[in-house]
Amino acid sequence: MKNAPLIDISDISVGFTGRSGQMMPVLRNIDLVVRRGESVGLVGESGSGKSTLALAAMGYLKRGLQLMDGSVTFRGDDMFAQTRQHLERIRGGHLALIPQNSGQSLTPTSRIGMQLVEALKLHRKLPETAHLPKVIELLGQVRLPDPETIVSRYPHELSGGQQQRVAIAMALAGEPEALLLDEPTTGLDVTTQAHILELLRDIAAERDMAMVYVSHDLGAIARVCDRVVVMYAGEVVLQGSTRQVLTAPMHPYARGLLASIPKLSDPRLPVALDGRPPPPGGAGLGCAFVDRCAIAQERCGCERPALSPLPSGDVVRCHFPEQASQISIMGSGADPVRRAPGGDVALSLRDLSISYHRPSLLDQILRRPEAGVATVDDISVQITKGETLGLVGESGSGKSTILKSIAGLLPPVGGSVTVAGDQPLPFAVEKRGPDHLRRIQLIFQNPDDSLNPRHTIAQILEQPLRLYFGLTGAALHARSAEILDRVRLGAHYLDRLPSQLSGGEKQRVAIARAFAAEPDLVLCDEVTSALDVSVQAAVLDLLNELKQSQGTTYIFVSHDLAVVRALSDRVAVLYQGRLCEIGPAKDVYALPSHPYTEVLLGAVLEPDPDTAPTLTADDVVELSPPETGCPFQRRCPRSLGPVCASDIPPWQTSPEGHAIRCHIPLSELAPAQSLS
Amino acid sequence: MSDLSPNLIPAETPAPKYLSGLRTVLRDVMSRPSGAIGLSLVVFHVLLALTSPLYVPYDFKTMNSMLMLMPPSSEHWLGTDHLGRDVLTRVLLGGREALLVTGVATPIAVVWGGFMGILFGLVGGRIDEVLMRVVDAFLSLPWILKMLVLIVTFGSGIEVLIPTLAFFYGIPVIRIARAATHDVVARDFISAAKARGHGRMTIIRRELVPNVLDTLMVEGAMRWSWMLLAFSSLSFLGFGVSPPTPDWGLMIADARGFMSFAPWGVLGPVIALSSLIIGINLTADALAKALGIDRAQKAPV
Repeated sequence: MKNAPLIDISDISVGFTGRSGQMMPVLRNIDLVVRRGESVGLVGESGSGKSTLALAAMGYLKRGLQLMDGSVTFRGDDMFAQTRQHLERIRGGHLALIPQNSGQSLTPTSRIGMQLVEALKLHRKLPETAHLPKVIELLGQVRLPDPETIVSRYPHELSGGQQQRVAIAMALAGEPEALLLDEPTTGLDVTTQAHILELLRDIAAERDMAMVYVSHDLGAIARVCDRVVVMYAGEVVLQGSTRQVLTAPMHPYARGLLASIPKLSDPRLPVALDGRPPPPGGAGLGCAFVDRCAIAQERCGCERPALSPLPSGDVVRCHFPEQASQISIMGSGADPVRRAPGGDVALSLRDLSISYHRPSLLDQILRRPEAGVATVDDISVQITKGETLGLVGESGSGKSTILKSIAGLLPPVGGSVTVAGDQPLPFAVEKRGPDHLRRIQLIFQNPDDSLNPRHTIAQILEQPLRLYFGLTGAALHARSAEILDRVRLGAHYLDRLPSQLSGGEKQRVAIARAFAAEPDLVLCDEVTSALDVSVQAAVLDLLNELKQSQGTTYIFVSHDLAVVRALSDRVAVLYQGRLCEIGPAKDVYALPSHPYTEVLLGAVLEPDPDTAPTLTADDVVELSPPETGCPFQRRCPRSLGPVCASDIPPWQTSPEGHAIRCHIPLSELAPAQSLS
Repeated sequence: MSDLSPNLIPAETPAPKYLSGLRTVLRDVMSRPSGAIGLSLVVFHVLLALTSPLYVPYDFKTMNSMLMLMPPSSEHWLGTDHLGRDVLTRVLLGGREALLVTGVATPIAVVWGGFMGILFGLVGGRIDEVLMRVVDAFLSLPWILKMLVLIVTFGSGIEVLIPTLAFFYGIPVIRIARAATHDVVARDFISAAKARGHGRMTIIRRELVPNVLDTLMVEGAMRWSWMLLAFSSLSFLGFGVSPPTPDWGLMIADARGFMSFAPWGVLGPVIALSSLIIGINLTADALAKALGIDRAQKAPV
């Protein structure tokens, strides 16, 4: 019975009651069949209903949502007509969910082993004595090192990747026939993500399990899914094989989505998909995508397209799928502004070292020397005017810490920060002069957190204008409007509150606030990480445009190597707060590379079904750098042995200014690379 | 990339989570059933307290030995008490004292507690730890004990009750204000203001206080209802309002002995007091929702 549907979602609509008592649909007439052993990806922007659909597959709807129409069956049972007891047996048993942030779904006060035993007791009838061996076996299957000790650990003692593995083990405890995965690798480092995805692929293949994989990340989808369902505003707009959807999608939205993803293979800026999806219940009579569609015609505005099959076997919800192929799926956006090397120095960091370690009262009394190694150490970088320096590294590599130190929020313990050939800046922000403060501006990751929710956009923009330029009255208002215009938001936004703006608009306001100071140097701390890909592309485009018009120097921090590549002139790779490699972007992303850069690049997932990640190092999370030698020694797949552990590696610099800090000679670092 | 949770999805008109201006907050409160009912009750009681002396049917202190414990009749709608006084008159007047005392004491409690809480939250470190343990010690004592000590020492007039209630009910506000301050201080918009180089006072005034104020408003409403209950309890015990001034707590105390055969004496003040407290609680609930605050504090009723 290989081909009998396991999950059969048929024509379901889900909605909530709006303030006027009308039903607002969140999902509209969705059909989805998942068969045994099949892996289906659900993609779309946030709010497209992909998570709601996955949860509906287990007969669950979030509070406030109601099933309006249709049915969901799992193994022939109607999931919305089951008794509570029966549902409990199915969920977690035959059908398991792996949530996005497993650290939050594990009980913090109970040991890993206990939690897994509980899952076993619920869904499997095993003799008491078989529990522990089975738990250890499960932990081994998810490739956790040393399962016997993990059993007695608490969740907080594990890293994010390990917690995710525990969640997978827990899902496997009930021997499920289908797994629902809701963004299971979002928020994990690239190497960890690649390892988890490989694990999921292997487990699904071994057990002939079905998977429903929800993600906004087409790279992850490309790696694990056979089939992709693209969702937009609560509708399925395209469904087809992964290869077809990722290489030649026949729906304008899917094409726009692909073009908005920065790719390593394409160093141009991604193309933004302008506009935003209609709110629930806001789609008109016509196609929901009509306002953002490049090939929309009159018919699209008044007639909702039906899902129709294509010769390729895909189904698409579009009136003119043949014309969709006119839309490019490559990053044919503007070329990033590149600066030639040389020119005046905008910022220079010399031997910067930062420590989070605070001496305790006892240490102070006893005058004990500073213990431990600094979080960030030995950072020396010069940035020329108008240049963009990308800082990449895994979480905990000290990228954001360095930015905070430059901005004066986190005083370093040693070294110097110098702006434009001046005297070294005082470390603490309170001691800096107004001109220095104005010249360095910081943009944060999450605009929800960096914009005061009680201030209107006008009040937010006024702050730097009053502080640095003393503007008041009409001049202040005019200038605020002008700045908003520069980030492509109109003056009518001035009276709004941040909560009335979309994520992308909020980040534009944050950018506008930074540029209101007319800074020389803008520090961007993961500024696109909290945004949808299509919005991310627009923000990158804006930053590039501002760089062109203002000649601003950027330090651009991100964990996403493709994003950094799209915007940076030079890239620095950080591991454990130490620089491994720095040089022109095209050289850093090509041969030869530091072994760590190679590991990172190898783990990047591209939205291309033909590329597979090369996993050379384990996804171990190190909590502190080694005391001596190379910071990467413990994970390095090309370690030379004792010399790496004892001596700090030398900088090896090429004539183009590409520097690698490794004991292995440059000539040997080059040929062993498998990357092109 | 979590899905929009349905209660946050803007319906036809986008409803901002944070509202600027008292009018928008009020409109949001009134649009919720709990807020509409609660606020109407509170407004009704306040209006009643302000105007009742103009239209009460009888004099509140005239005793009549012929009319002791009479059941409700057309002359005395709520009957009479053990001294032959009209119960309706006394119920109508009985909230004036309570509303005056708590109405003055609540803002004082919120202001002083809020100020101390923000200060502790900003100072942080060991000083904050030590001071908070003092606050904890205060909170661990039963409130009635603390208050009785002061009232017994200084007497039970309004001039003692207001500062006493304001002082003791300001202490839990310290906790709330401190926690709210901690939350706000950790957010990036504070870091952004610091990095821009704003002065400390500007950051506190412009960035911090507006965000703590929401929590304080809700907390203030909660404290008000607790305080009303405390005031009535003190009256009940004979430490609040002195007779013959009508007061709900006092009336309940007086009529409680005759409850088995003259329940009207208790019923009037009980309904009046509970409706006011329920009204305040419902309003606080709606206010918390309107401002997007999760209310952890439990209501007294």
